[in-house]
Amino acid sequence: MIGRPAAALLACAALGTLAAASEIRPSRDFLSPELRAQQDDPSRHPGWLWVEEGEALWRRGEASCQSCHGDIAGMAGVAARYPAVAADGVLLNLEGRIERCRTQHQAQRAFGYESEPLLSLTAAVALRSRGMPVSVAVDGPAAPFVEAGRRFYETRQGQLNLACTQCHDENAGRRLRGDVISNGLGTGYPAYRLEWNALGSLHRRLRACSLGVRATQFDFGSPEYLALELYLASRANGLPIEAPGLRR
Amino acid sequence: MNAVRRRALLAVPVAAAVARDVAAQPAVEEDFAAAERAILAGRTPVAGGIAIDMPQLSENGNSVDLAIKVESAMTATDHVTAIHILAEKNPVPRVARFALSPRAGRAEVATRIRLATTQTILVLAETSTGQVHRASRDVIVILGACVDGG
Amino acid sequence: MSGSITARITLPEQAHRGEVVPIRVLVRHPMDRGIDAPGLRPVPRRILHSFRVTYAGEEVFRMDLSPGIAANPYVEFTTVAVETGDLVFEWIEDGGAVYRREARLVVA
Repeated sequence: MIGRPAAALLACAALGTLAAASEIRPSRDFLSPELRAQQDDPSRHPGWLWVEEGEALWRRGEASCQSCHGDIAGMAGVAARYPAVAADGVLLNLEGRIERCRTQHQAQRAFGYESEPLLSLTAAVALRSRGMPVSVAVDGPAAPFVEAGRRFYETRQGQLNLACTQCHDENAGRRLRGDVISNGLGTGYPAYRLEWNALGSLHRRLRACSLGVRATQFDFGSPEYLALELYLASRANGLPIEAPGLRR
Repeated sequence: MNAVRRRALLAVPVAAAVARDVAAQPAVEEDFAAAERAILAGRTPVAGGIAIDMPQLSENGNSVDLAIKVESAMTATDHVTAIHILAEKNPVPRVARFALSPRAGRAEVATRIRLATTQTILVLAETSTGQVHRASRDVIVILGACVDGG
Repeated sequence: MSGSITARITLPEQAHRGEVVPIRVLVRHPMDRGIDAPGLRPVPRRILHSFRVTYAGEEVFRMDLSPGIAANPYVEFTTVAVETGDLVFEWIEDGGAVYRREARLVVA
């Protein structure tokens, strides 16, 4: 009973100051005014270069995305519903859904996680939900995945022995090595990160988080990160999609 | 129209060729002070006349927004011909050079630069009357926030 | 040599004669510095070293870029609307590759 609060205190001291948990806020609230303005301005947001490429991919080829789905404008609201459980019980995020379309409906090879075409197409599709509230299903077949994600989020891990919640709830809004800690919702991904000089997926960001606390880095598209992504989205339910985001 | 075009073409290649040589030979590293001397070419700079808009504290040295406004009527007889950006502690001090003509209407440019570390940014603006304006700004650069490798 | 490049060019579709028009350009390029530093992959230098804009056949803007320009270069400049015509944007890459994009400005 004495050990646990002491450990928690130590962890907080390492992060800076103690902070009280508060309500979950949109990711954009944690950006600097400059970065927020840039995120809102397609003429200055380099993520739009990927959107342009994704829109071109949408129309490319005989069995194009467009040949089934019509104009990409019809994708409005789709990204807000992912990750979601498919009819066969598999949890798919937007990237996984697109890859399934490739292999099952377009008779094409999968692009591969974190490949440029998959990032571009994901960004172009996600953009159509920009500003719409996240609305992932958390009950029925999704419930066990949400629960697995919640456990991941709340479990201490890595050499630093930190759980996601210790940074993203208890210390959200505080500064960590020059950046501001957000509620970790992932609503801006795929995002253009200045540190990457490129667009990247949420799973790439999660791998950086795992490395940051010296924990196991799971693979892109791994069941662990997929469940976590769903849990993060469930926390973001009702908050706006920001993809493609702009992040440090 | 033809006369203007020819003049513009004649005015540009000399300076552009110099900058191009620097760009084409990354192995030859030019020192910050030497770069400034080369641009001034014996002229004494005039302080001011340049507004530099740049965050005092940069979130990420990979991408720092920089906007420059030079006071100028931008007429045929009195206009800014070139704007230079120099970074004191970057491996390559000459960050960018913009060539302008009266067709710009205003001597205003913006771009995003890389900064290796906390340092001074120097802006030189050359005018068609042979003047060089000079302004500088200090910028603090914070290192990347997270350990990244994933 | 000329290839395709992803660029996003933002300018008003229409302008009045004599109006000073702002132009914003984003272009997709890694701007590889050729610098071997901790945490960076040592890759050979490959940047866009020159950016040139002509409008109605005449050069109106030129920029010499260095490895000190951020990846996916952004540039903003102005031009006076003189007549309806094409703005031609041209980038030259290390090694000599030239990339070109066009945008039309209608002047009333």
